[in-house]
Amino acid sequence: MMQNDKLVIGGHEFNSRFILGSGKYSMKLIEAAVNDAGAEMITLAVRRANTKENESIMDYIPQGVTLLPNTSGARNAEEAVRIARLARELGCGDFVKVEIMRDTKYLLPDNQETIKATEILAKEGFIVMPYMYPDLNAARDMVNAGAATIMPLASPIGSNKGLATKEFIQILIDEIELPIIVDAGVGRPSQACEAMEMGAAAIMANTALATAGNLPMMAQAFRQAIEAGREAYLAGLGRVLTRGASASDPLTGFLRD
Amino acid sequence: MVKVNGENVNIAGKTVAEYLATTAYDSKRIAVERNGEIVPKSQYDSCILNEDDVIEVVSFVGGG
Repeated sequence: MMQNDKLVIGGHEFNSRFILGSGKYSMKLIEAAVNDAGAEMITLAVRRANTKENESIMDYIPQGVTLLPNTSGARNAEEAVRIARLARELGCGDFVKVEIMRDTKYLLPDNQETIKATEILAKEGFIVMPYMYPDLNAARDMVNAGAATIMPLASPIGSNKGLATKEFIQILIDEIELPIIVDAGVGRPSQACEAMEMGAAAIMANTALATAGNLPMMAQAFRQAIEAGREAYLAGLGRVLTRGASASDPLTGFLRD
Repeated sequence: MVKVNGENVNIAGKTVAEYLATTAYDSKRIAVERNGEIVPKSQYDSCILNEDDVIEVVSFVGGG
């Protein structure tokens, strides 16, 4: 990992550019996943408490990992704000990933409601990380509403389909000053690497790991891919020829003289 | 009746703390909302539940 290449979100510095989800796998795997991912931030959801379960996911998250509660389940800004306030009352700090869905088939985020919730929560002192459909105008509205990052989707949640929205994520990276964190649909390390090469600030992944054959090993593969992509971005990718070829060897052919 | 997480419970007149003491909720791991407003932990002892209150008791679970 490179020194002094920090990801800064709402004034907080992170060395890792891999945000880990905690859904759809055993709590017992969380510590290994965090360690192998090198993750410093993990997402959580808020649900009605169950008195029949004695275990809490909080017991399985290593100390020092920043908690990023999401507002999943919210169908509008008002519900997202309620969930965010409950999450903060649960004692997780001020970070919140705003996630608002009206559509239950494709689970696509509602950008308009997300802008509204971002504005309310930012005013209440939350560090707001809105999950959104990659639209430049909506992203600008989120910036103006006080977002700390923008989290565009790569493809539908849980689909592992990769960078279906690649061109539009690139526009956000080029035009928005805040960190662009690619969230949802990133299914393979190569896709995470590609997004990082494009200039994404970080990757958030859950299903890619939860549905992998070996979760901790896949966490490590993602970590390496994200680091490789980041270094490639910082190094500056080599140029692409529109046509023809360009020899990598000296052209003086001594055999032909 | 008070509605707690969608179920009617006969606890009107009790405080939040008194109600929670009768349940298996781990009070360190939950947050309580009453009629859409957060009940801070510091008010569990003083907040008295009224007839027809809607209470949500939530905790963290895994999510993406």
